[in-house]
Amino acid sequence: MNIDSIKNGYVIDHIKAGNAMIIYDALGLRELDCQVAIISNAKSKKTGKKDIIKIDENIDLDLDKLGFLDPEVTVNIVKNDEIIEKKKLSLPEKIINVAKCKNPRCITSIERDLDQIFILTDKEKQVYRCKYCESSLK
Amino acid sequence: MKHLIDIQDLSVEEIDELIKVANDIIANKEKYSPKCNGKKLATLFFEPSTRTRLSFEAAMLELGGSVLGFSESSSSSVSKGESVSDTIRVVGCYSDIIAMRHPKEGAPLVACQRSTVPIINAGDGGHNHPTQTLTDLLTISREKGRLNQMTIGLCGDLKFGRTVHSLINAMSRYQGIKFVLISPDELKIPDYVKTNVLDKLGIEYCETKDIEEYLPELDVLYMTRVQKERFFNEADYIRLKDYYILNKAKLEKAKKDLTILHPLPRVNEISTDVDDDPRAKYFEQALCGKYIRMALILKMLGIE
Ligand SMILES: [Zn+2]
Repeated sequence: MNIDSIKNGYVIDHIKAGNAMIIYDALGLRELDCQVAIISNAKSKKTGKKDIIKIDENIDLDLDKLGFLDPEVTVNIVKNDEIIEKKKLSLPEKIINVAKCKNPRCITSIERDLDQIFILTDKEKQVYRCKYCESSLK
Repeated sequence: MKHLIDIQDLSVEEIDELIKVANDIIANKEKYSPKCNGKKLATLFFEPSTRTRLSFEAAMLELGGSVLGFSESSSSSVSKGESVSDTIRVVGCYSDIIAMRHPKEGAPLVACQRSTVPIINAGDGGHNHPTQTLTDLLTISREKGRLNQMTIGLCGDLKFGRTVHSLINAMSRYQGIKFVLISPDELKIPDYVKTNVLDKLGIEYCETKDIEEYLPELDVLYMTRVQKERFFNEADYIRLKDYYILNKAKLEKAKKDLTILHPLPRVNEISTDVDDDPRAKYFEQALCGKYIRMALILKMLGIE
C-alpha cells in the first residue's frame, strides 16, 4: 500500500491501533481543506499494529490535546519533503478545553466563558482533576 | 496570603500563627475592637447558611468593621443570570474583603481569579470549607493544649462530609495522629482520601461501623450530620440519617477528657442529654469559629 508522501505538514505516527478516527475528529481534521490520510492497522515493530495520520499542511496542531488523547504518539514535522523534527509526546501537565467536567455541581457547568481546565495530578495512574472542583476525569 | 480557598493553602506555620492570634483575641478583646475601623466585609452567600454568615459578620463587627452583602442568591443579581466573575468585580469596588459561599464547587476559585480584594471561601458545595477546619483546629488546640499526639474519631458521613476530609488533611500534618473512621458501609471515607493522604503520609487509621468499639481510646470525637442534599435517593437518606446517635449512656466508656465536636447544625446524631456533659464542646466550637475568623480577617487585611 502506497500513500503519497507529504511536502509540508505532519506525520502523526505510532497511534494506538483504532485511535486514528478519534484523533481525527478531536483535532478537527475533518474541517481541513488539505489532504489528510488515515492509515489504520499499519505494521509496527513495537506493537504489531498502529495507526498513522498524515496531514499535508502546516496547520496549528494542538500537541497538548494530542498528547492527552494518545501519549505514545510521535509527531514528525515535515518541511520540503524532509522530516525536520521528531516530537515524542507525553501526557500534558494541563489540558484546556479538551474535556468537559462531568460533575453537575461544578462551577464550570454554569459560569459563562470559563475555560475547562484539567490538571495532571497523578502521572503514574494518568489521573486528571478539574481545576475547579477537583473531580477526576473518567 | 491573598485568598483562602482551600485549607491546604495555609502552611502549618500560618495555621499556628492564626491560632496564636485567635487566642490573643480571646484574652484581650478590647485591644482588638477598633482594629478594622473603616473596613468593610462583604458576605456573599449565593446559598443560605445563616450560621456561617453570622459568624463572619459577628467577627467583623467585633473588630470594629462593618458588613454588607446578601444571604441568598434569589435576592441578588445572580438570579438575573450574572456570572460569579462579574459579581465579584462589582462587589470588590464596595468592600475590602469578601467571604463567599456558593453551591457550585470551585466558584471561589473562579472568584479569586477576578478579584481585587481578598476572598475567603465560606463553603463551596461539598468541596471546601476552610474556615470550618480552622475552627476545628482552634477548638482542639484550646481543649487539648496541643495539635499532635492524639486519637481522633470521625463519625457519620465520611463520604460526602467535606469538613471531615479537610480535618483529616489538616491534622495529618501533625505528629502522632491516629484516626478512627466510624461510618456505615455506604458512607465510608473515599479511597482517594486514603491513598492521597493517610497512606501517603503513613498515618495510622482504622475503619469501623461500631461507634462503641474504639470509643474508650478516643481523645477527640468528631460527629457529623448526614446531609440530605448529598443524596440522590430519599430512601437511602432516611435509612442512614439516624445510623449513629451519641447519648449519655454510650459516653460512659469514653475517656474523662474526651472532646466531643460537631460542626453544627446537628439533627439527631447527638442526643440533647449530652449537652450538659463537660466533654461536649460543640457550642464552644461555634464560639471559636468567630474568633478564628477574626484572626483570619486581620491576617488577610494585613492588620497587625
Ligand atoms: Zn469540575
